[in-house]
Amino acid sequence: MGIKPNSENNSSTGGDIRIKSGREGLMGWLNPTRYGWERVSYWLQRLTGVGLLIYFIGHIYETSSLVNGINAWNSMLELTQTTGGHIFLLLVIGASTFHTVNGLRLIFTESGIGIGRPGRPDYPYDATSLNYKQKSGIWVALLLATIAMLYGGMVMFGDVN
Amino acid sequence: MPLLKLRESQIMKIHYLTGICAVFFVAIHILFRIGMGMSFNESLEFHNVVANYHNIYYVILLELILVFISIHGFNGLRIILLELKQNQWWESTITILVLAAMIGVIAYGTRTIIIGSQL
Amino acid sequence: MWIRMSEETKKIKLKVYRTNYNKEESPHYDEFDVSVKRWTTVLDALLDAKSYSDSSLGIRYSCRMASCGSCGMKINGRPRLACYTKISELNDQTIVCDPLPNFPRIRDLVTDFTEFFAHHKKIEPYIQNERVPIDVVKNDDLVEFKQTPEDVDKYLQFSYCIKCGLCYSACPTVATDTKFPGPQALSQAYRYTADNRDTGEPSRFNIIDERHGIWRCHFAGSCSSVCPKGVDPALGIQLLKGHLIGITKNDKKIATLRSKEE
Repeated sequence: MGIKPNSENNSSTGGDIRIKSGREGLMGWLNPTRYGWERVSYWLQRLTGVGLLIYFIGHIYETSSLVNGINAWNSMLELTQTTGGHIFLLLVIGASTFHTVNGLRLIFTESGIGIGRPGRPDYPYDATSLNYKQKSGIWVALLLATIAMLYGGMVMFGDVN
Repeated sequence: MPLLKLRESQIMKIHYLTGICAVFFVAIHILFRIGMGMSFNESLEFHNVVANYHNIYYVILLELILVFISIHGFNGLRIILLELKQNQWWESTITILVLAAMIGVIAYGTRTIIIGSQL
Repeated sequence: MWIRMSEETKKIKLKVYRTNYNKEESPHYDEFDVSVKRWTTVLDALLDAKSYSDSSLGIRYSCRMASCGSCGMKINGRPRLACYTKISELNDQTIVCDPLPNFPRIRDLVTDFTEFFAHHKKIEPYIQNERVPIDVVKNDDLVEFKQTPEDVDKYLQFSYCIKCGLCYSACPTVATDTKFPGPQALSQAYRYTADNRDTGEPSRFNIIDERHGIWRCHFAGSCSSVCPKGVDPALGIQLLKGHLIGITKNDKKIATLRSKEE
């Protein structure tokens, strides 16, 4: 059976009316400021993901110097064991911690876990899915990323083993 | 190519699983740098790294990290690129390029692991 | 006894995006000074400007009570319904009105919803039930599905969607992906999946489980934060993803028909 619409949707802008695409484009997702923490999480998850992929490729290239013997390995290490290299590694530590923890949060939420259940909406219509339970995962991810960066900083710049 | 015929939900399952597995394996990988009774810098010395490569379990671990992160990372890149532009040429091209890059990185990393374990 | 309500009025500046692509008019903002009271909505202010300052101002509106979904626009940087947004709640002396982002622009604040409706239509937003005997359909007998209030609660909030397009304009994926159905269409896919009168799940899953389908949603939550009706599209989409990936079960029991005699 099927209770289907019996007529085609003929809405059209017509032949002569000119319109212009209003899509926000890249600027749409590059600006995380307007819609709350979940949008910030989305933005950071992407940026850290791209950053970590670049690091991963670089890390594989860096490690491949091993096959050319001790001199090649040491000269590659010299390139990375600088203050700039350590700061870059700190960013990688922060990015990977955030991406991991927030990624786990996303696996749960995107599988429908921890985002609440449908119900009868009441004014002022606060969205169940944007609850503090899942939102706190973003804050925990940011907190752990900061702690990991502090620890990484102590290992690289301090005397912690 | 069968991989191209996977449904998007199946690809996402792979994405989630490779992500979760990579977390555990990378954690062990990092422990080899800071938790083996030597300093971070010491653990990066040539002979110490080569010694790691002679440990078969570590070699398997490295290969798994390489495969899991490549799949996870390049699929993530594919998703970002797919959302940027939509036409048949672009979608086919990035799917092929991303797959090629993924295989390339895995092959290059595997070469290091194989040669490194024989040093 | 009369209780005198606050009649305090104040002047605000209304900045309205103006353009007419058919007249080669370059986009610009027109400014209008409007007197407002505590309960004046942005739509009231726009209609004031249209009535007393510039009658060529292009706006689309109808019900003035957040039921028709016609007056969606970007107000001070966020997609909102003009009739549902009081100027006093914006806490700003200048109110900037732009057309809804991610929709093709026709003129001034009026946007084209053709593509948006096409996405909605594509997910088959109607009850499909293969179990209903064909003679019942043909004879057009007055029959109804048996549904408990609990069954209704599983999809009711999603059926409150007024297709205003605010979620579509807030979505970061829609900003770049023209093939992505958007939060409205996907939440409606969940609405029918959760409805125990419907058996169209396999067909609908086929439509949304593709390259530019439901998995291009990354739970940025912007759709739910702008929805004026409490539909919470992000909730429906994530629940649907859970069903698709097999982590959560759609344990609905398909409704039976109530015969005339019952």
